[in-house]
Amino acid sequence: MPNMSLVKNKMPEQEANVRNKNFQEVALGYTAEQAVDEAARCLNCKNKPCIKGCPVNIEIPEFITKISEQDFEGAYQVIARDSSLPAVCGRVCPQESQCEQFCVRGIKGEPVGIGRLERFAADYHNDNCTEAPAKPASNGHKVAVVGAGPAGLTCAGDLARQGYDVTIYEALHLAGGVLVYGIPEFRLPKAIVQTEVDTLKQMGVKVETNMVIGRSIAVDELMAEEGFDAVFIGSGAGLPSFMNIPGENLKGVYSANEFLTRVNLMKAYKEGSATPIMQAKKVAVVGGGNVAMDAARCAKRLGAEDVYIVYRRSEEELPARAEEVEHAKEEGIIFKLLTAPTEIYGNENRFVNGMNCVQMELGEPDTSGRRRPVVIEGSDFHLDVDCVVMAIGTSPNPLIRNTTEGLETNRHGCIVTNGDDGLTSREGVYAGGDVVTGAATVILAMGAGKSAAAAIDRYIKEKK
Amino acid sequence: MYKILKRKDLNSTVTLMEIEAPYIARKSEPGQFIILRVDEDGERIPLTIADFDREKGTVTIIYQIVGATTEKLNQLKEGECLQDFVGPLGTPSHTEGLKKVAVVGGGVGCAIAYPVAKKLHEQGCEVHTVVGFRTQDLVILEDEFRAVSNKMVMMTDDGSYGTKGLVTNALEELIQSGEQYDEVIAIGPVIMMKFVCQLTKKYNVKTMISMNPIMIDGTGMCGGCRLTVGGETKFACVDGPDFDGHQVDFAEAMSRSIMYQPFERGQHEEVCNLLKKEVQ
Repeated sequence: MPNMSLVKNKMPEQEANVRNKNFQEVALGYTAEQAVDEAARCLNCKNKPCIKGCPVNIEIPEFITKISEQDFEGAYQVIARDSSLPAVCGRVCPQESQCEQFCVRGIKGEPVGIGRLERFAADYHNDNCTEAPAKPASNGHKVAVVGAGPAGLTCAGDLARQGYDVTIYEALHLAGGVLVYGIPEFRLPKAIVQTEVDTLKQMGVKVETNMVIGRSIAVDELMAEEGFDAVFIGSGAGLPSFMNIPGENLKGVYSANEFLTRVNLMKAYKEGSATPIMQAKKVAVVGGGNVAMDAARCAKRLGAEDVYIVYRRSEEELPARAEEVEHAKEEGIIFKLLTAPTEIYGNENRFVNGMNCVQMELGEPDTSGRRRPVVIEGSDFHLDVDCVVMAIGTSPNPLIRNTTEGLETNRHGCIVTNGDDGLTSREGVYAGGDVVTGAATVILAMGAGKSAAAAIDRYIKEKK
Repeated sequence: MYKILKRKDLNSTVTLMEIEAPYIARKSEPGQFIILRVDEDGERIPLTIADFDREKGTVTIIYQIVGATTEKLNQLKEGECLQDFVGPLGTPSHTEGLKKVAVVGGGVGCAIAYPVAKKLHEQGCEVHTVVGFRTQDLVILEDEFRAVSNKMVMMTDDGSYGTKGLVTNALEELIQSGEQYDEVIAIGPVIMMKFVCQLTKKYNVKTMISMNPIMIDGTGMCGGCRLTVGGETKFACVDGPDFDGHQVDFAEAMSRSIMYQPFERGQHEEVCNLLKKEVQ
């Protein structure tokens, strides 16, 4: 008998006023009992609507059935057929707008907690399985992957499973991309990312860190000199945008990339870290996406008393996941909605000491379909802050497009591909993730990495 | 891991290291930089490439002990390894078409000025060099500069070697004596580059400088290295590190460079104390 409860099993969490002072994970994960109980809410529908909401097409009802049968390792194995990063996706995927959106149980009541169950299965595997994954027999073909973020790791994993000799080139000193430099420890523990990367290495994937493609070696050289049959570019959207308002170069103004990189990758939150970060008391984070929520919640944990989200549209338009917004609010983040900064002020030593803002109202919809924010004349007010984090978006780094002849990009600097395959204007060169779409989600990047892996496999087999 | 093949102390605070890094050596050009981490938990620091040998696959760095990381770096011996070493980063110095150039180097900045002077010399450019140090004990790369310069002036603040005075005194003398330069290339402390630019602006000589701001990744990702050039925000790591000195907002750059000074002092003291304990 299915469990007909209209609501999901609640995710156990650290209490808001405790967690906003530490960097440990907020969500604690289901117990085995909770997982089995939640799995029993799945109706195992014949047409499996949930799967069409998953960018990597995980056999969702199948793995949930395994959980309800208490075969937790079996559940993991079902997920692992399609996903290279189950423990990551179970934590950071926006399930509410993907698999869970199509869940029949969501028509009346809450959908099955698919994401929470995925996380449970992945954590169970990581905690209990000591067996290294099988290393597939080599098929003798080499593929290079540029960037060790979600797109690259997924593409590498899928190709390695089919016997390709895959080398990932990563510019930073650590693999993981946004999973290690951007998403904070309390949302995605770095040990989990490391486990997923280690799994790939056990499958034979080589990870070369400290390699900046376009500088240390060019895409063309990878193919011509290093003997790669194909290259996948998953270098992300790493270039931070600023607002171009006065005072943005004052000390205490960070891009979200810099702020989060200092905190996460460089461990500035840890006592004794070699990396400094401003000890701010009042922080404004400009922007309304998941990155803005991450930055605000980090600032709070670093000891700031007042942390503001400054966003020019209303709550309804916040691009962040509802869950992240909720978590931020619980932790005491103050939302200044329909608000836009116009100037940042500094003291005599050029440290930030305030920000001028204006109130906005929503006008007619713009090209994005969202209602355009319009300044309310004379609504200026002063926000007392000593640190400002700009979380208003990123665009692809120009390094690869500037050093790869014939690689077509659009006016936003994104690599142009033929759609699903990820084939670029250059033969044998594929791309996917943020470098193609502009800043998006981890799972979309993974989906792109997966499709490109399939296309690369077809390309190399046809070429033979 | 990146092996230290050679280590040479150039003076009491400045050290040269030759690092095994074939990929970087293959691509390096004067003006570019690398980022290194000494150990697993270390910070990432940028250092300009002082020299490279494509055949041997080595990259030379020259650094001055200024903080915790350079102090730790300085504890490493030949044969030991650096945790991380990435590059070459930044845009190479523009040297094409230059016929007569004054290269001005100050202190450890001479380490960066040297490969540029060498490249100019190799392409047949007339190179006049002005190098300045606080005192004789701190002089580095004198023979190297001499070998690539058509004219060379040595300056020390205290007059203990060469001529007493600042590099700007020597440069102004050269310009006043009728030397006409296509360009001045000035590399050294920001304050020195600022005064060189003030001088050359007066004589209307284009001046390129090499900025070395605080940065993390060095690939355009963090934006921490931003500075204002000609009223626009630029990232030193990808748009530079070389910029037209007459356009740079020096007050902003100097202020940003000392953003974390109290923290850095604390870190440095901590490392020094640890080292002292080890010695005892």
